Amino acid sequence: MVDVQLRVNGTIETLDLRPRVSLLDALREHLGLTGTKKGCDQGACGACTVLVDGERINSCLTLAVQYTGRSITTIEGVAGGGEPHPLQTAFIRNDGFQCGYCTSGQICSAIGMLAEHAAGAPSAVTEHLASRAELTDVEIRERMSGNLCRCGAYNGIADAIGEVAAAAAVQEVTETGAVRRGSAAGAARQATTAEAAR
Amino acid sequence: MTLTQAQSPPRPGASGRLVGKPIDRVDGGAKTSGAARYAAEYPYPGLAYAALVHSTVARGRITGIETAGAAAVPGVLAVITHENAPAMKPAPPMSVLNLSSLATGTRVNYLNTDEVHWNGQPVAVVVAETQDAALHAATLVRVTYEEFAATVGFTAEEPNAKPQKSDMLQSGSASKGDAEAALAAAPVSVDLRFTTPQHNHNAIEPHATTAVWDGDRLTVHEGTQNVAWVRDHLAARFGIPAGSIRVISPYVGGAFGGKTMVWAGTILTVLAARVTGRPVRMMLTREGVYRTVGGRTPSAQRVALGAGADGRLTSLIHTSVTQVGRVGGGPEQVTSQSRHLYDAGAILVRQSLVELDTLSNTIMRAPGESIGTFALEAAVDELAYKLDLDPIEFRMRNEPERNPIDGKRFAHRMLREAYALGAERFGWSARTPEPGSMRDGRWLVGMGVASAYHPSWQLPANVTVRLSADGTVLVRCGFHEMGMGGATAQAQIAADALGVPFEAVRVEYGDSVLPTGPGAGGSGQTASVAASLLTACEKLKRSMLALARRSSGSPLRGRRLNGLRARDGGLWTEPGPGETYAAILARAGRPHLEVAVGSDTRVGAMVGQARFMAKFLRDRRRWMKAACGAQFCEVRVDPDTGEVRVSRWVGAFDVGTVINAKTAAAQLRGGIVMGIGMALSEETLVDPRNGRIMNPGLGEYHVPVHADIPPIDVCYLGDPDPTMPLGLIGVGEVGITGVAAAIANAVHHATGRRVRDLPITLDKLL
Repeated sequence: MVDVQLRVNGTIETLDLRPRVSLLDALREHLGLTGTKKGCDQGACGACTVLVDGERINSCLTLAVQYTGRSITTIEGVAGGGEPHPLQTAFIRNDGFQCGYCTSGQICSAIGMLAEHAAGAPSAVTEHLASRAELTDVEIRERMSGNLCRCGAYNGIADAIGEVAAAAAVQEVTETGAVRRGSAAGAARQATTAEAAR
Repeated sequence: MTLTQAQSPPRPGASGRLVGKPIDRVDGGAKTSGAARYAAEYPYPGLAYAALVHSTVARGRITGIETAGAAAVPGVLAVITHENAPAMKPAPPMSVLNLSSLATGTRVNYLNTDEVHWNGQPVAVVVAETQDAALHAATLVRVTYEEFAATVGFTAEEPNAKPQKSDMLQSGSASKGDAEAALAAAPVSVDLRFTTPQHNHNAIEPHATTAVWDGDRLTVHEGTQNVAWVRDHLAARFGIPAGSIRVISPYVGGAFGGKTMVWAGTILTVLAARVTGRPVRMMLTREGVYRTVGGRTPSAQRVALGAGADGRLTSLIHTSVTQVGRVGGGPEQVTSQSRHLYDAGAILVRQSLVELDTLSNTIMRAPGESIGTFALEAAVDELAYKLDLDPIEFRMRNEPERNPIDGKRFAHRMLREAYALGAERFGWSARTPEPGSMRDGRWLVGMGVASAYHPSWQLPANVTVRLSADGTVLVRCGFHEMGMGGATAQAQIAADALGVPFEAVRVEYGDSVLPTGPGAGGSGQTASVAASLLTACEKLKRSMLALARRSSGSPLRGRRLNGLRARDGGLWTEPGPGETYAAILARAGRPHLEVAVGSDTRVGAMVGQARFMAKFLRDRRRWMKAACGAQFCEVRVDPDTGEVRVSRWVGAFDVGTVINAKTAAAQLRGGIVMGIGMALSEETLVDPRNGRIMNPGLGEYHVPVHADIPPIDVCYLGDPDPTMPLGLIGVGEVGITGVAAAIANAVHHATGRRVRDLPITLDKLL
């Protein structure tokens, strides 16, 4: 057994775990945060997507012990100050789900994906790698392809993300007049994770 | 109890027609915040975890089972095998007189036998303090077998197929005239063979059960499409009264038919909880789902069509071979649509079965029609080309006035209108018919169409409706929600019927303590519940009026219901006086008024079932009821790699009244998405030597991803079916039908190649 200290949704959690326990099982079975879903436990479906220091990962493919001291955000923690995250309301408005089981992963993945895009990370369908790709429907769909939805709510999900991205872009331009910059290295690392998940 | 939405008292003037509106789902907040709890997410003190060990042979006898290694893993509580498992009763015999007997996944009495009947059958269950310990220990159980000869190859067994017998629910064959002779005499004809592989549902939530015994009482959290079937089946297997079992299933993480029957995982979780005296949770691994939950049967189909030079069909022949497991499963209505779609002079349909030493096949979204429409609608396209006719024009020339196979009337049929609407939205007139004639840069562009068709079903539903003095309404019915938006739709219906605002209605579902609802299947749930709910609302208004009329002070005194309108939270004369339900209840000193439709007493249930069967058979004699539609797609094919991309989709449907424009469109789109997977990538690969599924995971079984799905334009005619409650026809399954054919036809238009073997992978185009 090993001591693992995780910062989950802003709270420090100390767990005594067998080293083989995945981050996903630590969240669901040990911390009772069942909003993060297990769909395949093999990194193939994306239902378990959470954010680690703002980057999206498949929590089923990682061991909890790897994340000692890191800051983890699950679906339970994406809302801020009592207000739902804009993606949460956009998913409802655009009917971006049916059964709801992939939804937590889709929303967490979309948050991570928007940050990657804002940091300038290209995708497999980006034509000019040097310039920041416009977040078209095709770009969104490519970047979200690590998150499966068997109910087939893909149109609604892409619409919800597109709507939030467009609103954010407008806000960005009006507030700062400049493009927000992030860690390009982090974004690239994340893009690799998304590729692997597919 | 499940609270599906916030409930607030009605505001004056807030009522109005809600049916048809694109209202947001009532469970949206729960599903987007992670608050919605699925079957494996109920905490219990002392909860233990279970994991399965699967057989590695298709048929045989267990000669030895070594459990010491597993038992030695720290935290392991029990390793249950056939050597130490308590006795369970066998599955009840199947009978159409007891519909819940159809719930049996397989007839194997798990861990009560040393016999192995398919490759993957559970042969042991490990129970441990933690999830990881259970899964790890399960890998340490060593089993030896005496292996018997097994028949596992579908294609090899196909020549030995036997004709399917007809029963009350399903017909194995039908004919009109001499179709073979008409085919031989036809000036233009095709005679084609189509094949489709096994498919698996792959709901993103793996099957999961949490089982808790309290003495002889049992609580089960289960993701299921039928809480009553799970309850009744467990009662039969564990020898306890159904009344001692509660099955709770408010959220189901996708199902598509795969969570209709009761499979091994459910039974063995209950058994594990019995043995250990602990609450036990088991979520199947993704591989475990493939090994223990059946999929859609593979099929081999023959479609032969003959026509005159005038483009009128003289002969239509559709035969099919599908598989069942020797331990369970059933026939698929592969030829269903071929009895109804075309006005052919002579028709022959026949379904045959092979029996294999494999896991039972089971129902999966539009069982029968999903793969049957692929063969029929691709063959129709081929014949249209031979006749040099536009495929839509060819279909319109053969559009029947009455049900072709038997001359029954159609309850509703607007396929012509669906094609007209779809063709316009899609821009079909811009298509040049010559294969390979349309290009976009280096991409070959193809456009294809196909008909969608799915019969509509209506099942019994018991419902209670309670109207409280604060004006709120509580609808209770044990129906199911795996993404269809059932509670939202029924709240809309109740609010309209009673004249209260949407927000005033709360719907409870997904629990076996509720009045027994229909299973989620056959695209029949919404109509089934709506029929009873409308009757209940009518009864409630009558009771409410009777209550008002007892008081001399009521403005409704002396009024009849048919002269009143339900609106603004009460009953009103038009345009004169009336009063709110709240006022009526307050005056009578009643906290609420409740009515019931259907009964769950023993006698009541028998009466309900008899009434259902009588109506079912009477309806079937009178009408052919179905949803139909026209699927239009555009594909792009890379001429060098054979890669197929779906670039546009329009589906135009005749589904009667749409209750919720948002959720109905979602259901139709979802069917199309699953159909795209079926057409281009989905295939369960079975090792023909030993019957083992070789790709039991989402990394190797390819369901569509975001990048594969373009914006899908779904539209419907909105014309009510006069024989269905509110005129609604179910939308859950019709969406997948015709999809694979539309894609195959578009691929032919793009490339000139006919692929008659699904999926259309790029190797078949090179």
